[in-house]
Amino acid sequence: MENILQVKNITMVYPTGVIANKDVSMDVKKNSIHAIVGENGAGKSTLMNVIFGKIHPQEGEVLYKGEKVSFKNPNYAIKAGIGMVHQHLMLAPDLTVAENMILGIEPKKGKIFLDTVNALEITREVSKKYGLDVPVDKKIKDLPIGVRQRVEILKALFRNAELLILDEPTSVLTPQETEILFETLINLKESGKTILFISHKLSEVKRLADTVTVMRDTRVITTRDASDLTEEKIAHLMVGRDINSGRIGEPENPGNIRLAVKDLSYVDDENVQILKDISFDVRAGEILGIAGVEGNGQSELISIITGLLKPADGSVSVDDNNIIGLSPRQIRELKVSHIPEDRMENGVADMASLEENFIVDRYYKSEFSKNGKINWKYIKDYSVDLIKRFNILTQSSKTAAGALSGGNIQKVVVARELSSNPELIIAAQPTRGVDIGSEELIHDLLKKARDDGKAVFLISADLDEILKLSTRIIVIYDGHITKQFTDCSNISGMDLGPYMLGVKMEEGASGKIHS
Amino acid sequence: MEKFILKYFTLIRTIIAILVGMIISVVLIYLISEMPAYSIKQFFLGPVLSKGRFANVIENASPMIFCGVAIAIAFQAKQFNIGAEGALFISAAVGTAFAVSTGMPTVLHVIMVLVVAGATGAIWGFIPGILKAKWGASELVASLMMNYIAYYGGLYLINSHFRDKDAGFLVSIRLPETAWLPQFMPGTRLHLGILLAVIFAFLGYYFLYHTTSGYEIRTTGNNQKFAKFGGMNIVKVIVLAQVLSGMLAGLGGMTEVMGIHRRFNWQMSPGYGWDGVIVAIIGRNHPLLIIFAAFFLSYMRVGGQILNLMADVPSELVLVIQSVIIILITAEAFLSTWKNKITIKEAERVEVANESVTQ
Amino acid sequence: MSPLLSSIFSTGFAFAILRVMTPLLFPALGVAVSELAGSINISLEGIMLMAAFFGVIVSAFTGSLFLALIAGMAAGVMMGALLAYFHLKMKADIIMGAIALNMFAMGMTIFLLYIFTGDKGSTSSLQSLVFPSIEIPLLKSIPILGEIFSGHNILTYVALLAVPFFYVLMFKTPLGLRIRAVGQNPHAAESVGINVDKIKLYALMLSGFFGSLGGLYLSMGYVSWFSRDMTAGRGFIAIAAATLGGNMPLGVLLSSLLFGFVNSIAIYIASLNVPSELIQMIPYLVTLIALAVFAMRAQRIKNRVGEIQEHFDEDAVKAVVKDVLKTGGES
Repeated sequence: MENILQVKNITMVYPTGVIANKDVSMDVKKNSIHAIVGENGAGKSTLMNVIFGKIHPQEGEVLYKGEKVSFKNPNYAIKAGIGMVHQHLMLAPDLTVAENMILGIEPKKGKIFLDTVNALEITREVSKKYGLDVPVDKKIKDLPIGVRQRVEILKALFRNAELLILDEPTSVLTPQETEILFETLINLKESGKTILFISHKLSEVKRLADTVTVMRDTRVITTRDASDLTEEKIAHLMVGRDINSGRIGEPENPGNIRLAVKDLSYVDDENVQILKDISFDVRAGEILGIAGVEGNGQSELISIITGLLKPADGSVSVDDNNIIGLSPRQIRELKVSHIPEDRMENGVADMASLEENFIVDRYYKSEFSKNGKINWKYIKDYSVDLIKRFNILTQSSKTAAGALSGGNIQKVVVARELSSNPELIIAAQPTRGVDIGSEELIHDLLKKARDDGKAVFLISADLDEILKLSTRIIVIYDGHITKQFTDCSNISGMDLGPYMLGVKMEEGASGKIHS
Repeated sequence: MEKFILKYFTLIRTIIAILVGMIISVVLIYLISEMPAYSIKQFFLGPVLSKGRFANVIENASPMIFCGVAIAIAFQAKQFNIGAEGALFISAAVGTAFAVSTGMPTVLHVIMVLVVAGATGAIWGFIPGILKAKWGASELVASLMMNYIAYYGGLYLINSHFRDKDAGFLVSIRLPETAWLPQFMPGTRLHLGILLAVIFAFLGYYFLYHTTSGYEIRTTGNNQKFAKFGGMNIVKVIVLAQVLSGMLAGLGGMTEVMGIHRRFNWQMSPGYGWDGVIVAIIGRNHPLLIIFAAFFLSYMRVGGQILNLMADVPSELVLVIQSVIIILITAEAFLSTWKNKITIKEAERVEVANESVTQ
Repeated sequence: MSPLLSSIFSTGFAFAILRVMTPLLFPALGVAVSELAGSINISLEGIMLMAAFFGVIVSAFTGSLFLALIAGMAAGVMMGALLAYFHLKMKADIIMGAIALNMFAMGMTIFLLYIFTGDKGSTSSLQSLVFPSIEIPLLKSIPILGEIFSGHNILTYVALLAVPFFYVLMFKTPLGLRIRAVGQNPHAAESVGINVDKIKLYALMLSGFFGSLGGLYLSMGYVSWFSRDMTAGRGFIAIAAATLGGNMPLGVLLSSLLFGFVNSIAIYIASLNVPSELIQMIPYLVTLIALAVFAMRAQRIKNRVGEIQEHFDEDAVKAVVKDVLKTGGES
């Protein structure tokens, strides 16, 4: 079978110096379903963006239908017959399905007017041709997300897409919607289209794909027929690591339960069940790591524990205080601190000085202000001390946080959250995008916190980090706990992989996990 | 040098914007005046060449300072409040009504009138504030509507209930002397309100930069998610910013009535609220810089009036300059290439320095 | 019948409403275009002033009504383009840019007025033209309707026609579809190859175009001269009218009628020694309440489906406008 797309030796380095693709090559057969799998940061999205003309690699080439192409921007890719369905759908909410469909290539009546009748007709036709049922005259905002996605697929097909790229298409769908999507994709293949999709869910990959490309750490590991692979094998290829050697020492006996989460469920605004009956404890003097591919409910779990989101069901208690319904400040008052997963969004105010960033959770306490008057003199000394203790590279304590490097900004966040004398530390992606030096420092600090008898709840997409730090590990997949490892001294990524990817599941795992 | 430029970049950019405005004014005067040298001298030096004129500069600056600080507090919380004009107008009207309907000993009367006017302004700020904070309604449109409601409400109150029927114009009854703010320099209308304006600018500065509430406002404006993450009550913070903003504008209107006219004599909205927006932009939302910005704007205005009277150039020249200055200050792209070049140069310098240290 | 009521129910009053409404409807449509494109234009005040000024000046110096029309429209469109330039290229906040433009227009018109006429108040010394009033042949002879609808300035008819024009433009042409798409989700528009900045530029120029007709009407129809600051806040009232009308053509027409009605009533009762201010306040109060109600509703919808709902519900707006017209008419 001929190849519709060939990627040859692509190397992509972002202006920030991050290498995202290294010598990546891959062939996509015409008229097939081709899956790309890999962990977060493996380079899948970068590769898709290269193919679609959004970014331009330093080295390598893309061949489409046998010809070398270099799309200046996505419009050229669309014209050549490549369609992309983004995770965040690109639709105008107040326009109808038909209007979204024809946007940019509107049918005209008498050279000036929009031919609405024709637009509806065209949409109906395309919809019928591909067997994708959509209400053509309804506004997007009135439709469920699964139907919206169908509109997005139709939009691409209407633009004569022969190669359809879908970026984690099932992550926003309910199981029923996922079923319908699969039927659609299979039908599309049968009608001669080629489908390239990114996924984390190996059961889906196994069910749908003819060919699978596995990426790991910016490289392509292999491209094989799906029939040659089992889910276990794919998982193995994806995480393929040696037994970790860098483990920090094991703790003394863990103490009392600090954080207890029981039967926690969360359903989002689109009615998708994000968390299902999650239960676990974190004890003083231990680090509980949550391993899992990003987007499996971790963010929501943290938001609930820190008071930024309300759960549908279940309880969360800190030192026996039920915290559901408490404000973020009330929860912090229970000696909880929180290193947020996105430092620029939640962790700092980039235009504010380091001093102002250090005190956001404590400015009202008597140490920092009296009768409403802020004691800047004290705060300056306090900040200088933190800067020194946490080895933050900055000109002064008055420098704006945004002027520092990523690693140093993260150290600012960590310094604040560890210096509030917390008993429970929620650390989400604590070392994401930071340099090696900062990473080591942050790991040491978390270990020290553990040894000082703090309870640490670590959420990370970085398996090495989880394996290095955790006393116990629970694995989360699709909103529920698939496995708990109580002894982590001898496990590797290989052991976690199948559970992270939903290939294996411990019977009744989430119910059982109470240490 | 690079470091200095980067540190004071916004200030330098503001000064450059003002200089560009000045150059344009000189060019325009040259283009239309028969006696350009004289006109330019009048425009730039006129306000300081006579005591009366300089007093005018200070008088006009007073409500501008009040409104500038009012707008700045809202802007610092990232609230697009353009309601200072309405708060000023309605507060002056309600304050006037209160002043002429009550009798009290002088100091107490002044204080009570200011309290009533400030409270009225606070209510005026509260409404757009709560609508935005709780339900996300555009504070821009809400405060604009509040301006009109204030205008018609204020006119109704004065014209229908407190009108001086003996006066030839539509003006309110004269305030009792107990509610006057004293004028302190004979031959001018300089009054205590100017002092109050400066005091309130200092208070505004102190509030924004030295109190927990001010810190909350600035942090919320800077990154609302971060403020929430840190445990702040965003709704409370936004409402507080708007309430204080309305209060200050209200005080600005009332002191104007109590210090200069001693009666409510506005049939048109006086425009100080809009001046407040200009002054806040030029003063970079910093209450102390706003004092200077207000003097600058007032100086230009008086200069423009002198041009109008003494020379052959219309005073509206000032409006043109103002608009150029505002555009240049708010346009992020203005001088940004220059800044980027310096940033890169500075970064390279630091890198080289670091390398030489490690070697 | 009381004198007030008899005034209100006179055909002369209805005629006046249309007259007063004209310079509100044009800029309100201008605001609505910009809002639909997601970049609110609050510089209609300045746009109208410029158009009003250049229309008068060009008509006075060329004696050509056609050239005056072109000049006025060009001035308005240029102002819209200038705002787009400040906002999109210079990266200034669109609100600040518009505030500056309003000031610029106010200063520039008086400045130029002085240069051209030596007068700073108005162009009364110039022989400027006005757009003609027209009698509509058949309609004219129908008793009541004729008195209300015939004999208006041609621009009043243009304003009424501008409503269906706006509708067709925004809802029946590719450009309109693109403008709305850009306003609702710029990323979606971009993903199908639409140049978002270009569409916003067009929308702001259209905004200026609608505004310019309002300005021309003021100085060459409503009255026959240009005077300083003659827009007297109509550009801001237009924001209220567009908001209350939900940025939809029919809604904007109805809300402009409401503002026209209230302003006319104010003129009528001023002579009756009844305080007109409270009545003039009503439309702003209604707009504020409508804004609050829609925001609360939107919040509820948002809570339900998690979709950011920035645009008002058209039907709800119509219902409110209808209510207001009903109660307003009874008062």
